[in-house]
Amino acid sequence: MSVRTLTIDDQPVSVEEGASVLDAAKAAGITIPTLCHMDGVYDTGACRLCLVEVEGIPKLLPACSTIAADGWVVRTQTERLQKYRRMTLELLFAERNHVCSACVANGHCELQTMAYSQGMDHVRYDYCYPKWGMDLSHPLFGMDHNRCILCARCVRTCWHIEGAGTKNLAGRGAGAHIITDMNEDWGDSATCTWCGKCVQSCPTGALFQIGATAGEMTREPARLADIITARRKKEWNV
Amino acid sequence: MERLKLATIWFGGCSGCHMSFLDVDEFLVDLIDKIDIVYSPIVDTKEYPEEVDLCLIEGAVCHEEHVEMAHHIRQRTKLVCSFGDCAVTSNVCGMRNALGKPEVPLEYAYVTLADTNKGIPDDPVIVPNLLEQAIPLHQVIPVDHYLPGCPPPAERIKALILHLLGLGDPLTGDQLKFG
Ligand code: SF4
Ligand code: SF4
Ligand code: SF4
Ligand code: FES
Repeated sequence: MSVRTLTIDDQPVSVEEGASVLDAAKAAGITIPTLCHMDGVYDTGACRLCLVEVEGIPKLLPACSTIAADGWVVRTQTERLQKYRRMTLELLFAERNHVCSACVANGHCELQTMAYSQGMDHVRYDYCYPKWGMDLSHPLFGMDHNRCILCARCVRTCWHIEGAGTKNLAGRGAGAHIITDMNEDWGDSATCTWCGKCVQSCPTGALFQIGATAGEMTREPARLADIITARRKKEWNV
Repeated sequence: MERLKLATIWFGGCSGCHMSFLDVDEFLVDLIDKIDIVYSPIVDTKEYPEEVDLCLIEGAVCHEEHVEMAHHIRQRTKLVCSFGDCAVTSNVCGMRNALGKPEVPLEYAYVTLADTNKGIPDDPVIVPNLLEQAIPLHQVIPVDHYLPGCPPPAERIKALILHLLGLGDPLTGDQLKFG
């Protein structure tokens, strides 16, 4: 396998051909903020939080879904990138209804953590206050559209780790939303296996265990990646 | 050194941020020779004074009186701080916004759920008119500092005050956590 050598924030790093800029940054010990990226499923570049600058390329590139190339000079922490990251986060907060104090994920939320780690102390855009409901029809799990950031981690998890294909994205723009099967109540789904993997994958308070109240939803998305690794390496004998 | 003239006020909030302010405990005593509390629900001044150095405003802007008072404060105050999540994001107060007109939650609270005296209070002299939406303070007046948290922990309030007295760093990292 051939190797690609590039520089990230002045640090030289070599990765295998096909590795993403995000993989390369990780190998160099550099953290790039991400939200829609999740180890174990393919990347879609949905959240734009991981945007980086590459010398000689005028547009910003998403580190998670850009293959690292030889000789690239990548920057991950410029003033421009920090400005855009903050704007992206503020838009995510303005788009739906995020009430951290009353949210199941308060204190364990990737969006919330990302916001304060990027210095977001308020949202400069007017909040949209859209009217979104909840799906509480499933006996074990609930969906609160008010908290969803449309990262589609749940969709990719349901299709490619569980293989059930229950969760999907429907609609466009501000009307885009997560649906179950052909837009049915989750509780009526004939395909959902009740595995709960989507709930584990969710970075926000949008998916949760029924009965969880404010601040009670913790999760371990890394365990989903463990399943994939174990399958690939045939670590389980069945 | 001249003492910092501090004011605090609550708009649409639960007063939890002010409770948290009292939780700074003996730090209030340390502040005695540095700070003068010139206007606050915890002191007895009736009129908002001129030339206030810092005002901590708790709560979202929910009705017409809040808007008026916000402008009044801005004119008479050097530094305005959004104090707590309701002021910073509209938080719980803003949960009514997605339901539509303010009459919707009012109807639910004062008519549907009321056991006696059903009816929405509507004397404008006593009860100010609600705005169409409960909004963050910085959508009404320019805000200089943000102190998130529901409520902001006492340590965080202390850190901001020390910073504004020139005795500490600005808030960073999880000192900016909402919720
Ligand atoms: S999903 Fe996260 S950011 Fe949104 S309200 Fe819940 S804790 Fe806050
Ligand atoms: S519980 Fe499992 S099968 Fe059901 S929607 Fe979630 S990931 Fe898909
Ligand atoms: S429900 Fe959760 S995992 Fe699914 S798209 Fe929304 S935020 Fe992402
Ligand atoms: S993590 Fe790369 S676009 Fe979301």
